[in-house]
Formats: sequence, C-alpha cells, structure tokens
Amino acid sequence: MAEGTRLENVNPLIYQRSGERQLTAEDEDEDFVDPIDDREIFDLIRSINDPEHPLSLEELNVVEQMRVHVNDNESTVSVEFTPTIPHCSMATLIGLSIKVKLLRSLPERFKIDVHISPGTHASEQAVNKQLADKERVAAALENTHLLEVVNQCLSARV
Amino acid sequence: MCDLRSKAPRMHAMAGDGLELLSLVEEFVVGQQDSKAEDIATGVTTGQFTILKLVEGLGSVLTSCEPRTRGRGVQLLSSVIQQCYANLQEQEVQVLTKFYENRLKDHYIITPHVLQGLKSLTMSPALPSGLAVSILGSLFQDIHVQSLMQAERFCVYSILLNLMGSCEGELKGLGANFVFGFIQAMDGEKDPRNLLLSFQIAQNIINRKYELGTFTEELFEVTSCYFPIDFNPPPNDPHGITQKDLVLSLRAVLSGTPQFAEFLLPLLIEKLDSDIQSAKLDALQTLTACVASYGHKELKEFLPSLWSSIRREVFQTASEKVESAGLSALHGLTACLSRSVLTCDSEDSLETFLNLIVKDCQHHLCEPDLKLVWPSAKLLQAAASSSFRASCKISRVVVPLLLEQYNHHVQSTQRRTLLEVLQKFIHSAKRSPVEEGGESSLAEYRQSLCSVVFCALSDSSSALQTSGLRTLMAIGNHPGLLFGTDIELAVDHLSKFILEDVDNETSLVAMEASGSLACLHTTAFCSRMVPALKEKILSDCLGGSGETPPAKSQQALFLRIVRALAAISTHPNLVRETVPILLQVLSASHTGNVQIRQEDVISVCQNLQCIVELAQGSEESACYFHETVIPYVLGLSLQAAFHKRTLSPLREEKVLSALVPVFSAASGCSQHMLAAQTASQILMLFLVGDATFLPENNVPQNVNLLKSHSDNSAQTQLVCLLMGCVCSLPINAELPMLDQLLTELEELSCTCLHPFTYTSAAKCFAGLVNKYPSGQKLDQLLENTLTRIDTILTSTEPSSSSNQKQAFTFLLWLTKALLLRYHPLSAPLTDKLLCLLVDPSLGTLAADGFALLMNDPPDVLNKACHADVRMMYRQRFFTETAPKLVQGFNSSPKEMKSSYLKALSHILNCLPKQVLISELPALLPLLLEGVSCPDSEVQLSTLSCLHPLLLDIPQVLTLHLETLITKLLGLTSSAAMKIRIMSLRCLHALTQLPLHVILPFRSRTLRALAVPLDDKKRLVRKEAVLARGEWFLLGGPGK
Repeated sequence: MAEGTRLENVNPLIYQRSGERQLTAEDEDEDFVDPIDDREIFDLIRSINDPEHPLSLEELNVVEQMRVHVNDNESTVSVEFTPTIPHCSMATLIGLSIKVKLLRSLPERFKIDVHISPGTHASEQAVNKQLADKERVAAALENTHLLEVVNQCLSARV
Repeated sequence: MCDLRSKAPRMHAMAGDGLELLSLVEEFVVGQQDSKAEDIATGVTTGQFTILKLVEGLGSVLTSCEPRTRGRGVQLLSSVIQQCYANLQEQEVQVLTKFYENRLKDHYIITPHVLQGLKSLTMSPALPSGLAVSILGSLFQDIHVQSLMQAERFCVYSILLNLMGSCEGELKGLGANFVFGFIQAMDGEKDPRNLLLSFQIAQNIINRKYELGTFTEELFEVTSCYFPIDFNPPPNDPHGITQKDLVLSLRAVLSGTPQFAEFLLPLLIEKLDSDIQSAKLDALQTLTACVASYGHKELKEFLPSLWSSIRREVFQTASEKVESAGLSALHGLTACLSRSVLTCDSEDSLETFLNLIVKDCQHHLCEPDLKLVWPSAKLLQAAASSSFRASCKISRVVVPLLLEQYNHHVQSTQRRTLLEVLQKFIHSAKRSPVEEGGESSLAEYRQSLCSVVFCALSDSSSALQTSGLRTLMAIGNHPGLLFGTDIELAVDHLSKFILEDVDNETSLVAMEASGSLACLHTTAFCSRMVPALKEKILSDCLGGSGETPPAKSQQALFLRIVRALAAISTHPNLVRETVPILLQVLSASHTGNVQIRQEDVISVCQNLQCIVELAQGSEESACYFHETVIPYVLGLSLQAAFHKRTLSPLREEKVLSALVPVFSAASGCSQHMLAAQTASQILMLFLVGDATFLPENNVPQNVNLLKSHSDNSAQTQLVCLLMGCVCSLPINAELPMLDQLLTELEELSCTCLHPFTYTSAAKCFAGLVNKYPSGQKLDQLLENTLTRIDTILTSTEPSSSSNQKQAFTFLLWLTKALLLRYHPLSAPLTDKLLCLLVDPSLGTLAADGFALLMNDPPDVLNKACHADVRMMYRQRFFTETAPKLVQGFNSSPKEMKSSYLKALSHILNCLPKQVLISELPALLPLLLEGVSCPDSEVQLSTLSCLHPLLLDIPQVLTLHLETLITKLLGLTSSAAMKIRIMSLRCLHALTQLPLHVILPFRSRTLRALAVPLDDKKRLVRKEAVLARGEWFLLGGPGK
C-alpha cells in the first residue's frame, strides 16, 4: 500500500475465529439426512475476505452466527452483517460478496436476503435496497471491476 | 611387392598433406562447406596439420580485398582454434592473438569471427603473460559492445570472464581502467543471457576487490538500473533463465560491498514505497542480504526511513510473504547494529534504533483487542531475537508492560492475547544467544511470569487455560525460569488438568506440556504427578465393584490417565514408575476383579508400546523391559490362554494384536544382546515348553504351543507374540532351533483352522524367511514349502479345498517377504497371485492381497523390524506387474475385470507420485474404465488414485477431459457418500488445468454442480460448495 492510499480503519478490532465444525456420527451416517442449519450457512460466509484487510469477515465481526437464520423447509436464508465503522464505504461491496457467495453455494430453491444489522450504518436503507434488488445485483456483476473485487473476496487466500 | 605397395600410398600421403589442407581450405572458403572446418580441426588435433600450415594455407584468403572472403578465412581459423585451443603452444597463441587484435580494426562483418577466435584463445592454458592487458586494450578501444549482436556481446563478456579467471593480477594492474571499460561495455545491455554474465563479472569485480577508483557510483548505476528485475521468460524458452536467477545474481552484486550503501539504501526505500508487491519483496530481501556486510556507519543516516517503511509494510500488508520479509529485514538490521563496534564519541545507534521501534510499537500492546497488537509484537520479537543486547533492552520494556497489562485487563480474551504475545517473547528471548556467564534477559521477571501463568491456569476460561499451559511450557523450557516450589506448583496444575474433566484441547495441551517438562524436571513428576495419577486410576477406575459398568466420564478419565502416563515417560526413572501402573491395570483386567472394556485394555497396550518406543535409545530402560515387562506380559497371556473359564481380555485377538508391537518394539531396540536373549528364551518356551523364565509360572510344563488341536486356538494364537519377538531382531541375529521353528510354523499355517493363528504363523514364517541368509538351504526350504502350497491350491478334493484359504494367506505373505528382498522367486510367486485373480473363490482376496504387497504391515516386515527391505521395491514391482495386469484386464471376460482393476488401483495408490507421473498416460484408459466400473470399491480407489494426479499433473488428462468430466459428474449422484465426496474433489482439482482447456466445460459443470449443493449429507454439500466456487472463478477477473 503506497503512502497515498490510507486505509479507512487502520487498526480495527479483531475477534476470535470459531473452530471447524465438529464431525458427528450422524454426519458420517449414509442414511441420516443432515438439514441445512445456521452454522452451515455461517461456515459458508465466515471465511470471505475483507476487501481492505488481510482478515476474514468473521475476524472483523462483520458476520456472526447469531445473525444468520435459515429455514430449510421454507427455503429461506437471512443474513445480517455489521460494517466495522458506520461510514464504511465498503458496506455495499461486502454485502454483495456475501450475497454472491450464497447464490453460488446454495440450492436454487433458496430465497436469499442479505442486509445490514439495523442501526449500524449511516446509509443502511440505501445499501439494503441495492442488495435486495435482483436487477441491480445482476448489473453489478456485469461490471468487470466490481466482479474482480468480489472474486478476490471469495478466493481462497494463498 | 606387397610391402612396397602398402608403403607407397603412405609416403604419398605425407607429401600430399599440404595439398589436402589447401583443398580443404578451398572447399570451406569458396565451396562454402562448413563441415570442412571439422575435418581440418581433427587433422590439427591428431597432428596431421599444424596451425602454422593452416595460416600459411589461408594466406591469400586472409589478404583478399573482398571482406566476405576474409571473413570466411577468419571463421575457419576461429572454428579450428575453438576445437584445439588446449593444444596450442605459447608462441602460437602469441602470434594468433596479435593477429586477431589487429583484425578487430577490420570490416564489421569479420568482427563476430574475430571475437569467437579471441574467446577461444583466452581459454588457452598457454596464454603468455602480458597478452591479457593488450587484448582488453584492443577490445575496449576498437569495439563498441552495445552495437554488436547478442551472440557477439556474449563473446565479449565471456572473454572478460575468462581473463578474470586466468590473469587476475594483470587485470588488477590496469587499475580502475578495467572497471571503466567493463561499465562502458555493459551499459545498456538488455539480453537476459548476457545480463547473467555481466552480473557475474560485476560480482567478481566486487568480491575479488578490483580497484573501483572513481567509478563506484557508475558501476552501481549501470547495474542497479535493472532493479527490481521484472522478467517473464517467453514460453518454451530454450535457455531456461528464470526471473529468480536474475534476481539472485543482481542481488549478489548490489549487496556485495558496503561501498554501494549510500546509493543502494535510498533506492531500496524508494522501491519499498512503491505500489508493486514484487518490488517491495525484492527490496526487503535485498536489504536483508546487504546488512550482513554493513556496519552502523553505512546505515546510520537511513535508519529512520528504513524503519518507517518496514513498519508500514508489516502493519498494512495483506501478504504473508511481504510481512515475513519485512521481519527478516528488521532482524538483520538490528543484528548489524548489535555487531558494530562503537567508538567513544559516537552515539549508541542500536540504543537509538531500538528506542524508535519500542516507541512506535509498545502502545499497540496495550490494546489487545485491536489488529495491530500482533504486527507490533512480531516486529518487537524480530528485533529482540537478533542479539542478547537487543533482547535485554526490549524485554526490559515489553515484559513488564505485558505483565502490567495482563493485570489491568480482566476479560479473558484480552488476557489470552497478552499471554500469547508474552509466550512468543519468551521463545524469541530463548533464540537470542545468551552471553557468556550472563543470565537470561528474562531472569528478573521470573517471579511475576510464574504468577501470571498460574493465574491463567486457575482461570475459568478454557482458552485462557490453554494459553497458560503453552506459556508454562515456554517458561519451563527456558533455562533458569522455573525452579523450586514453582515446579511443584506447575506439576500440580498439570495433574489437575489431566484428572479433571476439561475440554479436549486443554487436556491435549496439558499432556504435551507434561511430556515436554517431564524430561527436564523428572523428580517433581516422579514425586507428585505419578502418585496422583496412580491413586486416581486404582481407586476411581479400578476400585469399582465390577458390577456396574463404569460411567462415560470415568472411561474418559481412564484414557487420559493412561495417555498421560505414557506422555511423561521420557526418562528411565519415570519409566520405572509409570510402567508398573499400566502392568497393574493389565493384571487387574486379567483376573477379572474389575470390569474394563476391551478398548481400554487395548489403549493400555498401545500406550505401553509408546513408552517402549520413546525409550528406545536408553540402555537402562531396555534392561527393564526385557527383564521385567516382557516376561510379565507373556506370563499373563499364557495364564489367560490356559485358564479356559476366565473371560480375560488377554484371550482376545484385538488385545493380543495390540500387544505385538510392544514385543516387537522391545525386540527391535538398540540393545541387541538383550533382545537376542529374550528371543531365545521365548523360542524355548514355544518349542520345548520351558517356562522357567516367567514370573509366577503356573502353566502346565512341556506343552507345545505350536501344535494345533481342535480347541486350543487360545494357545496357538500366542504365536503372534512369538512373531513380535523373533521377527524384529536385527538381520544377522542368530536364533537357536530356527529350522525346527520354521517347520512348525509351516505346519501351523497350512493346517490350523483358526484364522488369527494361521495368519500370524504365516506372518512369522515370512518375517523369518525375509532375513534368512541366501543359499542352498533357503532354496530347499522354499521349494518344499511352495510344493506344499501348490498341492493344496491345485487340489480338487473337497477335504483339502477347505485349507485353500490358509494356503493362499501363506503364499501371499511369503511373496511379500521375498518381494522385499528382491529374491528371484518373488516373480513366479507374483504370477501365481495374478492367476488367482480369476479364481472364483479366492479372486477378491487375491485382489486385496496386492494392497498388502505394497504397504508396510504395522507389526512385521517393516523397517522398524529391521526387515530386509530393498530400495524402490514398489517401483520395481509396479514395472514388472502392471503390464501383466493390463494384459489380464484386456483378455479376461467382463465379470472378471474388476479384480484386475482393484489390484491395479491398490498398486497405484502406494506408488510415489514421480513414478506415477511418468507411467500414468499408458494406464489412463484403464483408470477411466475403473471410474465407471460397477464395483463401488473399485470406483472409490480409482478416484482416490486420480485425485493426487489431478492436483499435480492435470495436463496429462487433457486428452480425456470430455470422458472424465462426464463420468465424474455422473458419480456425484452415486449412492455411496464417499464416492460423491471423492468425485467432487476430483472435479475441484480439475480447475487447475490451463484456462483454455477447461473453460469450455464451465457452464455445463456449474449447472451439474448445482445438484449436489442440495445433497442430503452435509459433508457432500461442503465439497460441492468448494468445487462450484472454484469453477465460478474460472475465467473471471480477480482470480
């Protein structure tokens, strides 16, 4: 990073990572049906990279398991995320990354809702509206530059 | 007549040499036949022509007024010299060199040939002194290097390098003129091949201390303008020069001398501040390289800006490479300052520099929640680990600060971070060399460190406890920090963690800490931990009435204690304390006074094995094992075998199998005498029934344990213990009554009906045959045995067909034993196994047998058992067997094919990757067949064989991609979960193929992968998510 491009939040709070999900005997059992649960959705998004820091969304506490809700039978998912600072200009980008990750990783039957935790961002409503709008999400992903940043967030870190 | 005729032509030839030479020259120059140069060179080398004659012969050509003709002439002369420069006389070299120097002034089309000739002449061992200077003079004066072609420039650099090698003294006599000439020659060079050479010359100039004179800055400029190197070799580059070659070579030049410091350091700072990752990395690595030869004089002026650039990189970077390069550079800088000798009037630059670091970093240590605490700690540690002085200085600030912060913050997550930082400091203080007679830089904080650790150990948060345990381990391993009552307290804490029901990770770390501290603080562990564990295991786990089965938590406690006893057995004194406890448990389980589950007994045996393996080097412990432990355990097993009514766990196959490694580890120890003695005692017991060496021996006298009856399998199965003992002896150990033993074992493996017994007997036989000395005796033995096996296998009588399984097992183990030692009989035996692949009753067994042939068995015929295992026997087996398997596969009927595939995939799974990579293309069609084979076991093993190949060399599969992807996608809906998972992993691995190959399949694969996203098993969904995520990234920006 050159002198000119300063980070918005140089020294953010960092949080503990939760460990890998423990394997149970039921997981290994061929016949048992594992439902898609909150933890599984959380595992999908917790390792997404932050666009600025070499840290995951989980370590920055942008996503938390208690803010993830899934109903397997009704095929709905709802994720709330919390930007690190109220004026974070990356909020839309982070939301988009979460949304894209879920679109790529969940069966098509699911309706996916991604929004900012109430009261944690200055332009909360605008961002939520953009994320909920299918057309705008699709249009954003047509933009090569945006897609590049999103893909970087979703790549496995080397 | 005859004589005369044969002489005449020779005389003629002598006279005709001159003519022949002339005609060859003519053909080369006028006839443009390049091959004639070769002929002339051969002639010169064999003495048929001389160089002088050649020059005379070339006379008219070299003086021709047509430049091309002159060029052709010089070319011929140069090619000849190139072939035979080693044979030239000093006089010849002198004359030729003068001639060539003169030719440098000639027409430009001649120059390439002139340089070629000069290059060869400079390689001549007869180069007269004084010529080097004159060659260089002409080169620098008459040639403008950068207007030559690449090959000619290469020639010039080679000439310089040759002369630097042979005439160093003369070149140095030129003073700075040589350096000046070189600078002019290489200024503007662009070709990587030439750059490598000119960097080499520059390195020589610097390392061999040529005089730089006023040209120091010029030499720096002319080389540093390439920094940082940005070079992408073209695809299919035949020269094989990599970016790394150039980077390292340039780095050696730039960091070679402190004289460059004033120019290099500003350049490095500038590159560090740029935006390009690779430039930063190169700058940091070059900095690390150059401070090795610098002193504080060179660095002084630049320290503040170097620090601020390094700090910025470590604080902000997203790349681990840059971070670790930054830390190494800081380490190097501090080490350099620590080394520098101070004069009385100069300031202490190390002190000033460390103050700067501490000032910028220490306040971040007070905010354990925030991101920068870690980079700050790493920077401080990098500086502290560079010297004792730096370590003292930084410890004096940081350790009290961390201790104070620990007491100041109360949340356990914050305390945990602080403790982990502290632990890293203790490690880095240990790495810094302690000065002679000096105390550790941490000695003064001993007391507070211990109390912080004990405070953390008593905390309720298990994460903090774990960090506390790790810190305790660090303190305990640091000399002089843990002693007296603190050790006792520490051991009590550790015992508490083992005995109390804490979470899994904490108890594992407590085990690890106990193991690592036990060898340093043996007495405390003997007097405090062992009694505590013993009391608990005897009272709580074994003290129960035996009526009610123990509760789950008690079983876990039992396992923890047993594991801890093994972990701390790192010293002979401890071994003598811990092993009796385990033996007591075994004995209690045998008498049946208490109820112990079978898996608990097995874990006692496994931990006993760990102890024996841990103590392998110690003579004292070995004595103890052989004199006490082995006889005791054997005695117990015998008692169990003879008392039919007891339900002793020592009658169980699984328990006995767990005991085998204990015997084999003890037997394979380095105390050969002891092992041989025990082995012969046990042999006497089995063959003659002599049980006198066993304690409390109340077994019937004179029974033959190897004679099989209808219902004595409990006794015959003890042959596995015999195997553990006699098959692990060193290869040259002598065994009494070996041949009788082999006869008995053969009988037992062919006739016994009890599977565990006949398998163990076969293994024991194989283990002994593997080490049996070659010769007629062995051949006779094998012949008899094989005849017997053959008779049983080929017999059609129903009575002997029941023994076919035994014979097959025996054959398999025998093949294994001979295969390992490259015995010639192993090939025909393998062929027998191949024939059995199509046998209706033994086919499956035979296919699985190939896995056994390729893998190391845990208890016999492996390296630890001192077996005769030849290098690369697997490759050899593969090369000999694979073609037969392929042929068998192709020629056999459809329902038999799967046996061949299974055998093949067993072999492939065990081969080293390098071998697979070269062999795979031929086998690929077969493997693809395996993927679609209906046998799910074959599918799975083929997939697990394909997977590593896809990761390593996906390109070999390019041709079969269409088939492969179709089949893999089909398997994602297989009925077996493991196959679904494995096929998804293979699909994931395919994303590594070159983009243009794989991209056409993207949309089809993405669509197909949407299905397993909704799989009923979570583990399958996880793999599907990973694979689909990677396929999405293919061809997208930002990958």
